[in-house]
Amino acid sequence: MKMNAIETKKLSLSYGETLIINELDLKIPKGEITVFIGGNGCGKSTLLRSIARLLKPKSGGVLLEGKAIAKLSTKEIAKKMAILPQSPSAPEGLTVLQLVKQGRYPHQTWLKQWSEEDEKKVNDALKATRLEGLKERTVDSLSGGQRQRAWIAMTLAQDTDIILLDEPTTYLDMTHQIEILDLLFELNEKKKRTVVMVLHDLNLACRYAHNIVAIKDKKVFAQGKPEYVINCSLVKNVFGMDCEVTMDPLFGTPLCIPYGKGRCILDKAVAMNG
Amino acid sequence: MLLKNTSLKWFGFISAVLVMLLLMCASVILGYTDTSWRTAIDSFTNYNGSNEHIIIQTVRLPRALIASAVGASLAIAGVLMQTLTKNPLASPGIFGINAGAGFAVVAAVTLFSVHDLQAFNGLAFIGAAVAAISVYGIGSFGREGLTPMKLTLAGAAIAAMFSSFTQGLLVVDEAALEQVLFWLAGSVQGRKLETLVSVLPFIGLGWVGAVLIAGKMNILSMGEDVAKGLGLNTGLVKIAIGIIVILLAGGSVAVAGPIGFVGIVVPHITRSIIGIDHRWVIPLSGVLGAILLLAADISARYILMPSEVPVGVMTAIIGTPFFIYIARRGFNGR
Amino acid sequence: MSKYKNVRLFKGKLSFLIDRKAAFIFTILLLVTFLVFVISTGIGDMKINPLTVVKVLFGGGPEMEKLIITSFRLPRIIVALMVGISLAVAGGILQGMIRNPLASPDVLGITGGAAVAVVGFLAFFSDSNNALTVSIAWLPLAAFLGAGVVAFLVYFLAWKNGVSPIRLVLIGIGISTLMQALTTLMMIMGPIYQASQANIWITGTVYGSNWKNVATLVPWTVIFLIIAIVAARTINIQELGDEVATGLGGKVQKQRFLLLMISTALIGSSVAFAGGIGFVGLMAPHMARRLVGSSFGALLPTSALLGGILVMVADLIGRTMFSPLEVPAGVFTAGIGAPYFIYLLFKTRNA
Repeated sequence: MKMNAIETKKLSLSYGETLIINELDLKIPKGEITVFIGGNGCGKSTLLRSIARLLKPKSGGVLLEGKAIAKLSTKEIAKKMAILPQSPSAPEGLTVLQLVKQGRYPHQTWLKQWSEEDEKKVNDALKATRLEGLKERTVDSLSGGQRQRAWIAMTLAQDTDIILLDEPTTYLDMTHQIEILDLLFELNEKKKRTVVMVLHDLNLACRYAHNIVAIKDKKVFAQGKPEYVINCSLVKNVFGMDCEVTMDPLFGTPLCIPYGKGRCILDKAVAMNG
Repeated sequence: MLLKNTSLKWFGFISAVLVMLLLMCASVILGYTDTSWRTAIDSFTNYNGSNEHIIIQTVRLPRALIASAVGASLAIAGVLMQTLTKNPLASPGIFGINAGAGFAVVAAVTLFSVHDLQAFNGLAFIGAAVAAISVYGIGSFGREGLTPMKLTLAGAAIAAMFSSFTQGLLVVDEAALEQVLFWLAGSVQGRKLETLVSVLPFIGLGWVGAVLIAGKMNILSMGEDVAKGLGLNTGLVKIAIGIIVILLAGGSVAVAGPIGFVGIVVPHITRSIIGIDHRWVIPLSGVLGAILLLAADISARYILMPSEVPVGVMTAIIGTPFFIYIARRGFNGR
Repeated sequence: MSKYKNVRLFKGKLSFLIDRKAAFIFTILLLVTFLVFVISTGIGDMKINPLTVVKVLFGGGPEMEKLIITSFRLPRIIVALMVGISLAVAGGILQGMIRNPLASPDVLGITGGAAVAVVGFLAFFSDSNNALTVSIAWLPLAAFLGAGVVAFLVYFLAWKNGVSPIRLVLIGIGISTLMQALTTLMMIMGPIYQASQANIWITGTVYGSNWKNVATLVPWTVIFLIIAIVAARTINIQELGDEVATGLGGKVQKQRFLLLMISTALIGSSVAFAGGIGFVGLMAPHMARRLVGSSFGALLPTSALLGGILVMVADLIGRTMFSPLEVPAGVFTAGIGAPYFIYLLFKTRNA
């Protein structure tokens, strides 16, 4: 049985008086790519942030490799788990190298601020994200995709087994979305990192995720391999949308095509027979 | 919103006006020299040159009128600034208008030997206008245009700059300090009625302008892009708002010196009573502003009797807890 | 030659990365600081040759010059230097913490709190003849206490499950305005002579500094300067936002408190000895950023030197340009600071 990287036990989360997540139990397997999906405001970002200990639970707990995160020091957690929040901002004038260096923070001390290991990890991170040539450029002068790669390089330099990303591809155009997701896929494949992310695009989630978690009604609605879990009934339940689920012609993973309006240029007979 | 339907709102508004009139009367009667209602009326109908009549006519009446006019103007200016900058903590004071006016007055006294209290008006006006324009301009520079944080900090910086210069001038010219110190504190006491009258056209214009532009402000508060999409000429409206604020705040500063917090606090109170429709908020803020300043002025007479606390200090003392409460609550009430 | 130099000592127990360009600029600034120090010491009612100044600094030199330099000039200029360093470093820390380049010590109301304390001190401890009943040596302590109390107050009021930068700034501005009102109130209530005294102090000046001041100020400044530079790495991660900082294992709230304490200590001491010198905390970190970039390990020391130079120059101008009148340095830091600030914003408008 695969070990669980992260587990939640009866996790309840709220903003002020409003309950967002209600006694949610979840197991996230190690070494896989897990993607949270769900409608707007269903709490998937909130869930991710509380796993990253950015949000204190109302009740219940999160276990990181079997240990309760409430009992671990924030630095210890930082050595095992990295988080890239939504729309991060870097101060003006910060270079890519300076940003990626920050990823080493949990491994450094007042006196040891640039050990050989620090140097190696930073260089590796820059190589993995193909940013060596850009390391002296300022972060704000990069394109959207490059900037996101720089932030990911920072989490890579942090050298953790688990990487959490909150909507890493929102606001990026298609090319850059694929660039980022391909990079994360490679990191999982080659370096065996556990990746947990929130994605908006269901089809991309199906293509890249080993494990999909659908959130609805403050709980986990369904969880599992996309090809087992994603079907019309789930999409109707979770997103409230009627659709056809077919097979992606390139990858074979589930491809969701919504009903609705649009120019239908199919021959009527073909449309009827599907 | 406390008053939900139109008839309730009218009721609330009229009650507020009555309270204001009541306080104006109280302001005329109460003080170190207590007079009575009878005496007050007599001073109008049967003026006989007695001490009390003199006090009422030359000291109390102007004071009450000035407090009302200034309070109303500052409150309305506050509403306009808060909507314009989408900053619930905006006010003429925070944007350096007071500091600019102060500097103009002090500069005139020290560098150009102007001693005429009347002249202070015009100068304060100009100083206020210059400061406002600078702050607005500076806050708009940079990537994101006019953000609340940048505007606030730009205002603080400009205020600090003008303050420093003002202080510098006062260091060099000690005699001037004596002349302007009281003015700098902000007070409705000891001002002549003529001062108010000379500034009244401007303030009056400001009031009328504010009421007329209320409808457009409702649209503007939905966001720049949405407003443009609905056909509003946002550029013109913003300039108009700016001019009205300068008329109101500049006029107030010219008459009474820098008085803070009225412009920040009153709009919030108004909104919690009557909702966010500017066509109600602006007039009611005016009335509530007058009430606030009248009340502050009356209590200023009693706290350190027989001497007086300048009303600008009173409003600061009353206003700060409110200000902090609003700041803690956050921008979106979250 | 690479852009960086790895420094690893004691078998890796001590390791740093040094940006060569930043190190170079820092060295140049160090020289400039020394130059300004020497020249400034030489200028005054009696002009002293810079070389003589250097001789005196190293223990020799003619008796007359030695007397003037050591009794009058040196204390004042050393205080100016320390004050500049303190304000610049505090400003840099605050800008990093608040994540806004327009933040400065003046904005948090701390200087205002000190002003109230000073004016209150002058008001309460004076008898009917306007003479101080208590030694003026207590004034700095009062200022420092005022600064500290306000800093705590602002922090406490801004606390709501933690302190966010914007809340800190807004509440700081509110408190600062209140402080100004109270200061004016006290100035009005007291005799005019005090108002004048208070006003001079509020404007910010190093006039009247003596060796006792120096003995207190120098160790204090140096200690907190070192602590600040060591804490630079926590500012670096705070600049990336609370969430990223927490994700990297930073204890954001604790560090924020610590940084605020360091800033207050630096601001409090400079306000105690030199009054309300403004804009240095705003300008110096900015200029430093333009020279050496945004990493605080380089930014803070550079900022410190720039601040020191600024205040020494402002004091120099104030002393000499309107001779025999002494214009407080604070006027010139504002005079240089505000236009520079506006120029800054003008320049970044297309960024």
